[in-house]
Amino acid sequence: MKFPMIFLALPLALTIGVLQAGAAENAGQIKVSKGAVQIERSGQRTPAPVGSVVQQGDLVITGADGSVGITFRDNSLLSVGPDSVLSIDRFVFDSTTHQGAFESSLKQGTLAVVSGKLAKQSPEAMKVRTPAAILGVRGTEFLVRTGSVKD
Amino acid sequence: MLLPGKGPTPGALTVTSGDETRTLDQPYAAARVSRPGSVSGQKTSETEVRQTFGPALEAQPGRPVSFYLYFLADTDEFTPESKQVVTQLFAEIARRPAPEIVVIGHTDRVGSVPYNDALSLRRAERVRDELVKLGIPKGRISVAGRGAREPEVRTAEKVAEARNRRVEISVR
Repeated sequence: MKFPMIFLALPLALTIGVLQAGAAENAGQIKVSKGAVQIERSGQRTPAPVGSVVQQGDLVITGADGSVGITFRDNSLLSVGPDSVLSIDRFVFDSTTHQGAFESSLKQGTLAVVSGKLAKQSPEAMKVRTPAAILGVRGTEFLVRTGSVKD
Repeated sequence: MLLPGKGPTPGALTVTSGDETRTLDQPYAAARVSRPGSVSGQKTSETEVRQTFGPALEAQPGRPVSFYLYFLADTDEFTPESKQVVTQLFAEIARRPAPEIVVIGHTDRVGSVPYNDALSLRRAERVRDELVKLGIPKGRISVAGRGAREPEVRTAEKVAEARNRRVEISVR
């Protein structure tokens, strides 16, 4: 019986380690929150008022009357309009070298972006995905809309 | 779509779908991906932008603002100008929702990279401690050391330059 126990315990310990490392540093903070705004983290949805933290892996979800503005640690500004789903896939930022990666996906809705220190340091660092395309960012401001019937 | 940039350089955006890539580098340039692998270029307008992206743009957080502190030579005293900066800093913090303060130390190019990285972080930590004494909650302040990577004045290596020995306080 001892062997299966060991095999089970090892992946579990690794998982916990990864989760703690991910939670250790926040990716950003909500500065503007209007109407229905929620963050989904580990399958749990909670309301996201001003001051809420945003972490790698979070889904940011707005309702029909919702909009939200997030300032990230590299000074990237992302804001989404109503009926939107934005996934923060990856956020790594070294505040000394400004190296790292910022990858997000707009699953649905509208997104306004002002890129920050990551995109300024390296044109490869920031990517925004939509279901049909990948956007590469070289220090700029832009808007993204992901499909609706009107398209 | 790309917006008219507020900075000196407009930047660019690449839109890739399948094998096709289009680069947007003009204000109001736009690309549409109607199906995977097909990227078509088009031009949009401020009116169209307002219509579609009004709520997203209105929710944009305030842009981070930076203040700079300089020290009297060989002391931990701020220069008189820097004392005024502290007043402005507090006003900026007061008008922001959920304000965060990032204290970023910078050095000149005298010294090695690891030395300057450590020195810039020490400078930032010292200013952080000052700000905490002045009443800003420690939890709202983070510190960073940029070493000599972001000079105010470009110099050759090994050049002592007072304007680069500074601490930046970014409020966001």
